[in-house]
Amino acid sequence: MSGVFVWIEQFKGEPALVSWQALGVGRKLADEIGEPLIALVFGQNVGELAQKAIHYGADEALVADDQTLAAFRVEPYAALVTKLIEERSPRFMLAGATTRGRDLMGTVAGQVGAGLLSDVIGLDVIDGNLQATRPIYAGKLLSKEVAEGDFQMATIRNRAFPTPDPDESRTGTITQVEPVMAEDEITVKVEGVEEAVGEVSLTDANIIVSGGRGVGGPEGFEPVRELAEVLGGAVGASRAAVDAGWIPYAHQVGQTGKVVSPDLYIAAGISGAIQHLAGMRTSKVIVAVNKDPEAPIFSVARYGIVNDLFKVLPALTKAFKEKLGR
Amino acid sequence: MHVVVFTKSTPDTAAKVEVDANGNVTWGDSPLVVNPWDEYAAEEALQLKEKQGANTTVIAVGPEMDNDALKHCVAMGIQEAVRVWDDALEGSDSLGQAKALAAAIKKMGDVDMIITGKEAVDVNSDAVILQAARFLGWPVLSFVAKIVEIDPATGAIKVERLVEEGRETVSAKLPAVVTVVKEINEPRYPSFIGIRKAAKLKIPVWSRAESGRARSEVEAGAAKTKVLEKFPPPPREGEVEIIPSDDVEEAARILAEKLIEEKVV
Repeated sequence: MSGVFVWIEQFKGEPALVSWQALGVGRKLADEIGEPLIALVFGQNVGELAQKAIHYGADEALVADDQTLAAFRVEPYAALVTKLIEERSPRFMLAGATTRGRDLMGTVAGQVGAGLLSDVIGLDVIDGNLQATRPIYAGKLLSKEVAEGDFQMATIRNRAFPTPDPDESRTGTITQVEPVMAEDEITVKVEGVEEAVGEVSLTDANIIVSGGRGVGGPEGFEPVRELAEVLGGAVGASRAAVDAGWIPYAHQVGQTGKVVSPDLYIAAGISGAIQHLAGMRTSKVIVAVNKDPEAPIFSVARYGIVNDLFKVLPALTKAFKEKLGR
Repeated sequence: MHVVVFTKSTPDTAAKVEVDANGNVTWGDSPLVVNPWDEYAAEEALQLKEKQGANTTVIAVGPEMDNDALKHCVAMGIQEAVRVWDDALEGSDSLGQAKALAAAIKKMGDVDMIITGKEAVDVNSDAVILQAARFLGWPVLSFVAKIVEIDPATGAIKVERLVEEGRETVSAKLPAVVTVVKEINEPRYPSFIGIRKAAKLKIPVWSRAESGRARSEVEAGAAKTKVLEKFPPPPREGEVEIIPSDDVEEAARILAEKLIEEKVV
């Protein structure tokens, strides 16, 4: 048994931020058990990413550069991870709990029969085993869980752990590895991706401005968007606003939407139903803007303004424009 | 075509979920409901039944409480229901449950698609379905927002998936596992006839032996993850500071300053 694997996720060559957070966690685990930290970098023309992974703390990067790995697909990625596990016998493997990370890790766990701790927000080594804290019941409760066995896995929640500072003077070994599946053995084909342009991803965002029932209609999201834009943040929404058809589902925050944890969450016209709170309660600072002083959202907020969001949001946009010089 | 919906019961999403003095999870008198994501899976299965004449079955791997979810799906219109359970599965982890599920699907023999929600909202995980797919050797199409087409003759399937960067169009071959997100459809309400059928339904329980797995493979002793403790998240610290807003512009300036001071902007 030797080493800690961290999968470095990329989309069209752009690394997922959570992968660096996973490397930060991996560095800590590797140091505790006194074993090397090994980054797995798969894709096409990803040599630069391997170098970055070293800067972010990896001792070695295993790089597979091949057309079959250009876009993420579970089959060839899981087959290659499985082969590398057999060859290297790592002790632990980590990845971000993204759509791709969850698919890959769940599949590999099934393939090699490993314990998998999903979507963790805390992770340590206790008596040689991974011990995690993870949200359950959409964050209404937390669960402390332990993995057993020779090889153990965990996916980490985006933004639950700090992003380490890269050290460009760090050096490490870069090792090329070969894919194990040929294109004609892979049943899943990616035909294309329609990218949401110009929008900040909710789960990556440092700042989220969300609108709820109080925005009153699709055009009511305009002041929400303007404030988000001046802050460089993402636009969120409550289930009520999504169900009313005012904004696409991809923006929904809450139990049946996305779980987010930004530095700043501004809730405008959102009453704060338990399902919504479940999706944003771990935000660092919460601001509530609502006409109803009794709205439950104020119970989790640090700052509140009891007033009409159509007055408050434009005023906030103006104030930030002045103060931030944007 | 045979489509199987995989589901479980969870507390209603509006329930206040707590941990009692014995460390057990409670949800007061809130009802058990079908895992909210799975309702979309059941609806999609029903649309395949209506459009393509698919046979539909709903399956759960779990104790008696999962009958609630199974019956809800039957009330919506799913034709058959099966529950997989015996005492060996008590305390099993996702690997054990996935083995039991995969074995039950193999026993059915003719399944073309397992469809389920993107995760189980109680355990916050999709590990069971992903691992079951691996045990079956089937591809996984996860986070599906639209089934674009299925060709029953060739088994070709094309879907749109919701990924971080947008929508990805992917094609594959059945049999496959599909997990769905909310955007895929609007689930129907159970019909009166459906509710009556579900109320009278005796759900067959397949034991581990019937689904062909050895006790040692699925029982708690084989589990590779264990829950040590469940507890409520720490309360958010401090009281809310309400900023007076008789003068909205002034209130906005004060709030902006505070947020800049806190270094969150």
